[in-house]
Formats: sequence, structure tokens, C-alpha cells
Amino acid sequence: MRTAPVSATDTTVVGPSVLGAAAAQLDDLVDEAVTIIREVATECERPVLLFSGGKDSAVLAHLAVAAFAPARLPFPVMHVDTGHNFPEVIAYRDALVDRWGIELVVASVQASIDTGRVTEETGPGASRNRLQSVTLLDALAHHGFDAAFGGGRRDEDKARAKERILSFRDTQGRWDPRNQRPEPWDLLNARIRPGEHLRAFPLSNWTELDVWRYIAAEDVPLPSIYFAHRRAVVERGGMLLAVGGPVTVGDGEVATEELVRYRTVGDASCTGAVRSSATTVDEVIAEVAASRITERGATRADDAFSESAMEERKREGYF
Amino acid sequence: MSNPTVLPPLHIATAGSVDDGKSTLIGRLLHDTKTVFEDQLAAVERASRRLGEDGVNLALVTDGLRAEREQGITIDVAHRYFATPRRNFVVADTPGHAQYTRNMVTGASTAEVAVVLVDARAGMVAQTRRHAFIAALLGVRAIALAINKMDLVDWDEGVFDRITKEVTDYVAALPTPVPVVPFPISALNGDNVVERSSSSPWFTGVALLDWLEKVDARAAVHTGAARLDVQRVLRAPASDFRGYAGRLADGTLAVGDPVWIAPSGQTSTVAGLQRLGRDIDVARPGEAITVVLADAVDVARGDVITTGDAAVSEQVTGELCWMMDAPLRPGTRLWFKHGTRTGRATLDEVRYVHDVDTLERRVAQEVGLNDLASVRVSFSEPVVAAPYVHSRVAGRLILVDEATNVTAGALVVTEIG
Repeated sequence: MRTAPVSATDTTVVGPSVLGAAAAQLDDLVDEAVTIIREVATECERPVLLFSGGKDSAVLAHLAVAAFAPARLPFPVMHVDTGHNFPEVIAYRDALVDRWGIELVVASVQASIDTGRVTEETGPGASRNRLQSVTLLDALAHHGFDAAFGGGRRDEDKARAKERILSFRDTQGRWDPRNQRPEPWDLLNARIRPGEHLRAFPLSNWTELDVWRYIAAEDVPLPSIYFAHRRAVVERGGMLLAVGGPVTVGDGEVATEELVRYRTVGDASCTGAVRSSATTVDEVIAEVAASRITERGATRADDAFSESAMEERKREGYF
Repeated sequence: MSNPTVLPPLHIATAGSVDDGKSTLIGRLLHDTKTVFEDQLAAVERASRRLGEDGVNLALVTDGLRAEREQGITIDVAHRYFATPRRNFVVADTPGHAQYTRNMVTGASTAEVAVVLVDARAGMVAQTRRHAFIAALLGVRAIALAINKMDLVDWDEGVFDRITKEVTDYVAALPTPVPVVPFPISALNGDNVVERSSSSPWFTGVALLDWLEKVDARAAVHTGAARLDVQRVLRAPASDFRGYAGRLADGTLAVGDPVWIAPSGQTSTVAGLQRLGRDIDVARPGEAITVVLADAVDVARGDVITTGDAAVSEQVTGELCWMMDAPLRPGTRLWFKHGTRTGRATLDEVRYVHDVDTLERRVAQEVGLNDLASVRVSFSEPVVAAPYVHSRVAGRLILVDEATNVTAGALVVTEIG
């Protein structure tokens, strides 16, 4: 195969998207997401919305509540709790569920470890991130959920860019990226057999910037750690990890206090902070628009393990 | 608010045979518009080295699956987003292999423009024809014909002219012809992709990106009747609320509009409209809304609320893309989904199968994998259908194989009955 010279090319300088078009584009994305949520909730017997407390699931939950208003949200939300949480996120989760009057189901990775379903990883780079897939699949089966809404977006990762809006999982919870169902137009096929389930991604076509624009437009509440704050961190594998909880300062490492914020919120043992002084949604939008590094590249040690880390986890049933 | 001089995002699908350079072109567009982020480019550089390549393989920007990288092919659609100061783009990079045609259909079904690639050395091949056929059938507004690898034919104007004529003639003879706009390019080197190239002084057109930024691919202005396929009935017993949720198609709907409900034929008036749980006075096509009616009428999922008169039928004729290994035969047990209506479907007749090479209509008893065929099907439940050329929403449906639940067919309605 021939390969390309990529250094000396003429380039177009890209600024932020044209603002008028961006507003109309966000409206279209919102209408698409609401339509998907309504459709899957109606075609499936027992859906659930996966809620991590991160910005994407907050936007998804906000859209879901609006999609059925003034009727009640016709399904619960489920938090797969790794036990390695940021306390701010758990406080936020509980307050939000209370405020929006929605039913919360918690699936615990610690319980999966205690009952021997999974074994805690050890050594450097150990994390409960991968273990979540087992807890998630067990909880879906236990509660009889046949469809799970996720906040995944195609712009997050090259494997996610391949995902359908309505994505089939076999009786083992596996994703087969080489043999996905065709998905012409917006006509979603939700037919499955007992024991199989679907993942639905209403935010598939959103970018990180679209998510923040929606947060700004609708005043969606977020955990405080999404905005700049001072925090003791340790630099590990190019990531700034918060000291405390699962992360302790190792030999040869130095903890420093930095002004940081989180671009993503996941398991505290493998989610990194970024240096930032953005304290408002508008400042975050300006920062994201100017960033030259993807949110996962900047903040997720779990994706840096290998070239196809996300694909491998997704095949096993990950979010 | 939106500025009328700014064009809306453009949805593009790539098409063409394997190794014609689709993924490389998209990688080139993403790279040269600085849409490839530093960590993504670094990962592509690492992967290129690991695969033993000399430079950077731009196809790896969209070929994100492990199997795709190892085999150097595209298996499934990748959806990518890029922006220039003038426009936002959504790209579906689709596979060229015949066996993955179903994934090309998925990518092309939502595209406004197809970028059809042809290898200048090979010219038009069977997959080019099949993909151009499918893209035109699914309703792209135009085909950008990217004649690629021009550097390998010494930028020969004669080659460009010959392939342009060949493809233009073919598309003009399709059941649903669309304009073809040709570009001589090298996706590998970037010639005529983002900037005009000095290698083709004889080429009088603009660079591909320049054209994509300016093409107006919007559907004709919506002047038709409003149509809402009811997804769900929303009820809030405490407030006595009863509303009908769905996505509006084809026309605008305002509070006070008289409406007709199909298939029952009941009539009522729009008493209220909501979007995102907030009251609005007028809803535009594409909006996900909730409609409150003035009268206590019987409306359920699958019904259509419309301001016009809509024909109710239990049979349609249409052009079918068949995407399942097992052929479609009379007697194949099928489900259909049209709008929000689902039910059983029966194949009544295979009228003919298109020979995509000669465009002859072949008499056949069954429709095989990747075939394009004109068929007549009937439904267990009445549908409010219209030809696809009149209404995108009313004119499309999917067929699902009852045995496997796989989406087996995409049907574009050409006639009612």
C-alpha cells in the first residue's frame, strides 16, 4: 500500500464553526436524539438509561426527561458504580435523580468482586474500568433490561465511529463489529430474541462541542469537577491523576497542586484531569473549541493501553 | 439564530470499489482541514509504522477496526465530522467490497452528496456502477466523481474525459438520474482535494472541498402537507394531559390547524404543540414534537396525523436493496417498518432485477444478496405511503427477516399499490 506525505500540504485554517449554522445543527441533533429515545423506549419492553454522572449521560438524561414531558420518564437510569468515584459526582447524581424525580438503579463492581464474578486487577495500571462490563451485563440480565441507552458519541473514538445508533448485542452481551445490522435511514429495527439486548446511542452524531453547547443552551447541571479547581495530582503515563481514593503517590512520583478540570468523568483510577482555568460553561466551550487533542486522548489511561483498546472492551460488552 | 446565507451541514457518503482510495481521501480531507487531532494523528503514525509502511497511511484515520487495519480494507461505515470556516460536514466512509454493500447502503441512506471514487487506471468497474446506482436510488442530490490516482496516469486529460463520460452516461441512464460533477484528484498527495493542483492545468473546475463547501444540497422547500408518524401517546394523568409524540415531516404544523388522522379518517384541530416539553406555536419539518388535539379521538402508535389528504394502502411497489445472504422469495417471512408502523409483509411479486452493468431488467423469481430489484409487497397493516420522490418519510421502509431479526431490505417506494 502506498503511503502519503502529510507534512508539506496547503491547509485550510479552521476556526470555530460558523455560529448560525451551529445553532441550527444543534437543533437537528436534539430532534434526532429525542426521536431515537422515544422510539427505543416504545419499541422495547424494558429499557434503561446508563448514567455515569458524566456530561454525556447528563445531557442524555436531560433530553430523555424532556422527550416525555409532561409524562414521567418511562424507564429508570442505572449507574455502574466502580467504587472508585469522585465524591462530587455521587453527590451530583443523587441530587439530580431527586430533582428530576427519576428512578435510580445502582450496579456495583465491588459486589461483583465480592461474589467472585470478577477478580480485582493488581499491579501498575490496575483499574476497575474493564471489570465494569461484567457488572453491566449481569445487571442488565438481572433486571431484565432489553435496551440500554448510552451517551457514547462517534467522535470519541475510532471504534465508536463504527457503531450503529441501535446496536445489537448477543446473549453473551458481545458486539460483533464485523457483522452489524444494516441501519438504513432512521428506521430503527429493535427486534431481538430473549436474552439478547440492544444498546442505543442517541448522541451518536454529537461532538464534544455540541454536548457543551447543549449544556449552555439548556443550563444542564454538571458535577463541579468539570470546571477549574485546585487539586492534588500526580502525573502518571502523561495523565494527571487525582491523589486520594484509589490513587496513591508511588515511588519516584511527586504530588503537586494544580489548577485543573475534568474533560470526562469515569473511574477515578484511570480518568485524568487537564490543566485549565475555565470556570464557566462559556470558558469551557472556548477551551474545547481550541483544543488539538481529543477528550479521550487527554484523559483516559484505559484507551492508551493498545491501539484497539476501545474495540476490545466494546466486544466484551462495555458501554 | 441561523443565518440564511450559511449553508447547513453537508452529509457526504463515499462510494466506489475497494482500493479506489475512499478512506485515503477522507483521511486527506480530515488531515488537511486540521480535523485530525494531535493524539489521533500520533496514533495513526504509530499504526502505520507497526504495519510496516514508509509514511503515514491516512486511511487509518477512518479504518478504526482492528480487522480493517490488518487487512487494509474498510469493512463497516465510519462516521466522521469535520468543519471548515464555511461549513460543517458529516462523512460516512463506506466499504467498497461487494460483500459489505449493506454497510454502504447504511452510509448512503442519509447522505445528500455521494463522493464516488474511481481509480484512473481501472476506470469504471462493477462496484462503481452498483454504488452509483444505490446512491442515486437512495436520493443523493449529486454525485461528486473523484477520479483518483491521476498521478499514476501522468495527469492524462484524455483519461479524465473518458471516465467522466463513462460515468455521466451511466448515471443519466439510471431510473433516478442525478447530476455528476467530476474532479481529477490524487487523494494520496492531496491534488485538487483542498487546493487546486498545478498538475492539472487543463482542469477548469474547483478543488473538491471548495465544491463541497458551496453545493446547496437542501431538499426542495417543504410545501407539502405536514405529517406526523405517531411514535407514542404521552399521558400525564395528574394533569389530564394526552399528547402524541413524533417527528414532523414534510410541512409545518401550527396551533389551530385542522388535521386528519390516518388510517381512521377522524378529524380534529391542533390545540397545542410542544418541543422539549415547552409550548411552541409552530413546528417545522424535522422537529421532534408533541401534538395535543382538541378532540378526544382514537390515535395510537403507527397512526399518521396530517394536514393533507393521505392515501391509505396495504400494498406498494418499490425499488429494493436486498442485504441478507438468503435470497428473498415469495413466502419469505418478513416484518416491515414504515414510519412508526410495523407489521408483517409479504412479497407479492418480483417485477424484475436490475443488471447494474447493462441496466437491463432481468426477469427473476427471487432477489439475491446485494441485488437491486423492483418488487411489489403487501402489508398486514395499512400504511400512509407516497413515492420517495414526493416524500422521503412516506416513501421508505425496511424489511426485517422474521427468522433472524436482521434488517434484510431497504425499499424505496415508486408506486402505491
